[in-house]
Amino acid sequence: MATKSLKKQGKEIANSNKQLEILSNGIFKSGELPTFKNKISETNQFPLKAKKLEILQVNVGYMCNQVCEHCHVDAGPDRKEIMTRETMQQIIDVIKTTGAHTLDLTGGAPEMNPNFRWFVEEASKVGVKDFIVRSNLTIIRANKKYYDLPDFFKKHNIHVVSSMPHWTRGKTDKQRGEGVFDMSIKALQELNDRGYGMPESNLKLDLVYNPSGAFLPGDQATMEKDFKKALMEDFGISFHNLFAITNLPIARFLDYLIASENYEDYMYALVEAYNPAAVENVMCTNTLSVSWDGYLFDCDFNQMLELPVNSKSKHISEYKEELLEGRNIVISQHCYGCTAGAGSSCQGVVA
Amino acid sequence: MNKTYYDPADLKKFGKISEWNQELGDKFFDYYGKVFEEGHLSAREKSLIALAVAHTEQCPYCIDAYTKDGLQRGITKEEMMEALHVGAAIKSGATLVHGVQMMNKVNKLDG
Repeated sequence: MATKSLKKQGKEIANSNKQLEILSNGIFKSGELPTFKNKISETNQFPLKAKKLEILQVNVGYMCNQVCEHCHVDAGPDRKEIMTRETMQQIIDVIKTTGAHTLDLTGGAPEMNPNFRWFVEEASKVGVKDFIVRSNLTIIRANKKYYDLPDFFKKHNIHVVSSMPHWTRGKTDKQRGEGVFDMSIKALQELNDRGYGMPESNLKLDLVYNPSGAFLPGDQATMEKDFKKALMEDFGISFHNLFAITNLPIARFLDYLIASENYEDYMYALVEAYNPAAVENVMCTNTLSVSWDGYLFDCDFNQMLELPVNSKSKHISEYKEELLEGRNIVISQHCYGCTAGAGSSCQGVVA
Repeated sequence: MNKTYYDPADLKKFGKISEWNQELGDKFFDYYGKVFEEGHLSAREKSLIALAVAHTEQCPYCIDAYTKDGLQRGITKEEMMEALHVGAAIKSGATLVHGVQMMNKVNKLDG
């Protein structure tokens, strides 16, 4: 398993332009498969337009204690992109003025940002309805200075959303690294001890499942049932909801698809599973993604592909809701990942 | 003309069999879809049965399809292999149980 990001390895595919080139050439250029633009045009859904902002997703930095095989952020310990307190303050100022009901912190491992706790404390004073932190779980056990995170989350009524690719050690460690499963189980038990994820508890603990290879996720409700049964039987662990997320063909997952000669089959599978009903509710229509340096994107994936919002308001410091609402969403072939089957978003299925 | 009997790309064209007989094709695919729905057996259990039978039938299309189906359902490779052994055990058992017929015949002719 790699211990360095693609960027650190100096791989050409770490470059977002290279990724966009791959996604626009080959089977899409030859017309063997329709481009996403042509596909959504068939059902008069082009251009995709942003509706009212509901979710502000903030990527506080690409540094992570893990180097997961399929990470779309290409995150890892060697990534140095970290949000400053100044940018965080600008975000807090914006939250005060928007009607967004959800603030969603992601990374990397957001907890590794030195200003993470300050940001959570300040942002929670603003009073968003749902304050999510996407925690990879292992960070809680990675170092003594993080041991109190479950208490910190509880104090600020944080909604914890964590990745858990499978209920078995073998499949989890293959995707996320040696020892990740055991540490994740321990972290989940600690969260349960604080009341997180318990039935009837207001301390929300949700898990994210994404496939460990070149295949699409199964039915979300069935997977949730299987996860709940196994985690309860084997470890006495409870959680609330499971979000099944499709792997999008960018960054490390794209690199994996190409190296394993699965790229074309995977794109076929996504296109064949295309669902116009999922396009209706795709997350970019109600979400804005803010990068570590304060720039605005339609989603975290576009952020990684360096496709900025199609609006005059491009940075959090010049945020203007009226310029962003109704904007045309920037699309490419990776968007098929969010419209396959029951659809996929950071909140799970959408159709 | 193909140089091999099987082409993985043909699996995607399975639906085309209806083009030469719409009525029977439709009936088959309706039936097929219904069989794999959640019933007294879970869709997961049915997927494992299908995987085992795919091997005993030695159908490469079905092996591809139900291996992928199993992965999508979170079925582990250990569970898949165990299911295959069930199919293999029945296959070998079916061979060996005919040994009784052989023994009967030997006993009758040369007893």
